[in-house]
Amino acid sequence: MIKINKLWKEYGDNVVLEDISKTVADGEFVTLVGTSGCGKSTFLKMLLGMETASRGELLIDDKPIPGEPDQSRGIVFQQYSVFPHLSVLENVMIAREFERSALLGKLFGVAKRKVREEAQALLEKVGLGPAVSKYPHELSGGMRQRLAIAQALIRKPRVLLLDEPFGALDPGIRADMHKLILELWREHQLTVFMVTHDLSEGFYLGTRLWVFDKVRHDPQAPGAWGAKITYDLTVGEIPSDTLAKVQKITSPEEQQEVGELT
Amino acid sequence: MKRLVNLTPSKPVKILLGLLPFALIVLIYIIASDARLEANPSDKLLPSFGQMGDAIQRLAFEPSKRTGEYLFWQDTLSSLTRLALGIGIAAFIGFSLGLVTGALPSVHAPLAPLLTVISLIPPMALLPILFIVFGLGELSKVALIIFGVAPFIARDMQRCTQEIPQEQLIKAQTLGASSWHIVWRVLIPQLLPRLINAVRLSLGAGWLFLIAAEGIASTDGLGYRIFLVRRYLSMDVILPYVAWITLLAFVIDWLLAKTSQIAFPWHHQGGKA
Repeated sequence: MIKINKLWKEYGDNVVLEDISKTVADGEFVTLVGTSGCGKSTFLKMLLGMETASRGELLIDDKPIPGEPDQSRGIVFQQYSVFPHLSVLENVMIAREFERSALLGKLFGVAKRKVREEAQALLEKVGLGPAVSKYPHELSGGMRQRLAIAQALIRKPRVLLLDEPFGALDPGIRADMHKLILELWREHQLTVFMVTHDLSEGFYLGTRLWVFDKVRHDPQAPGAWGAKITYDLTVGEIPSDTLAKVQKITSPEEQQEVGELT
Repeated sequence: MKRLVNLTPSKPVKILLGLLPFALIVLIYIIASDARLEANPSDKLLPSFGQMGDAIQRLAFEPSKRTGEYLFWQDTLSSLTRLALGIGIAAFIGFSLGLVTGALPSVHAPLAPLLTVISLIPPMALLPILFIVFGLGELSKVALIIFGVAPFIARDMQRCTQEIPQEQLIKAQTLGASSWHIVWRVLIPQLLPRLINAVRLSLGAGWLFLIAAEGIASTDGLGYRIFLVRRYLSMDVILPYVAWITLLAFVIDWLLAKTSQIAFPWHHQGGKA
């Protein structure tokens, strides 16, 4: 269980997140939406351990989240999260090699064969079976994200963090990836947090949708107020008028204004 | 008529055009050399290709009357040994320094400013100090190359280390990697092709320092020979030596490029994934 208790994040005078309190049960799939710069990625970084809370607490099973990333929380970024110098298979095996070989970070003989079988099985599952000996640059964008997901899952994290994982993919491929991630979520009983720009992803995937938005806004001091979670919706039970409101929040109004000016 | 910027020569034309300046230079040289030699057969400034061939024949294929060595090969061997030692040690130092300062913020803080300042010292200004400290032997020549090249490689490696996407380092940590794991399995393999590149870029400077050091204090070496025969205006030796040095530099560069392409295909074909 993840508990967020009166959480604030500030950089100097710039308030990014203000006073967030939520509880997320194990096995939930939370989608985070909001305009760019609203703090949803900062929130994800705090879950990852890359950023610390300025005030308040972020607890996982009643213990503060560790101050650096570790194997209890897996991550998939939009890009750059696989190792370009390793083949697909090695990219997945390396996680077990980190675990089981403290000195060399490399396994040999029987130990290596066991890990290879495990990695191979996982890659089959995500649909990379025929591509195990390829290098990441030989893969398409969607396959590369499949690899990043397989890599993130091999150490069986309890929490999976997704930072706009499908943002760079074509719509058709994105639908395949949605199917894959839902399957893996159910099978591995993960708690998932996914940041996305695509609101339809938020309405369709997962169990819960959080909308990050600034409630108060001071045009003279844009950093004075931070974002809060203005909507916490249960996916599947969202009334249509709420949908319209959320669409208004997340659709980039600034761009419209710029468009009018030019 | 297409715009000039869109005019691309076809492949055979490109090769021909590439060879053309070389042919022109040779032609102009032959004409000039012939004209001078006709006016004064003992002219030394622009020797004919025949005279240069004789000189190299003498140095490369006849033992020296004084020492019994084949001077040309002896010079080549000495110079290449010094260059390899100097560049090799510089690459090792530069790689290690660049890696740790680039990867570990707590090492970056004390060392990076020092490294920047050291890399600004003109290495040739250090040569007298090196001669005083290390004497006139091999050590000071190798040391000059190291001083000249290592700071450049170190700074380049530092930059390359910092350019490796942060996402990869975070990903490795979420897979349970220790700092050592990240350095050993994520950073070093990705930095090796970049090291080869840095070495290729620094070889020009390496040759410069080598020839300068040999010209000032040495008893053999390619640089020593051309500085020595300058006293006798022996252009018939100097010109082939310069051509030979250029050829060696070209071959070394080509070998490094090929090695990198064969050993690290993912680096040359791919992006950052």
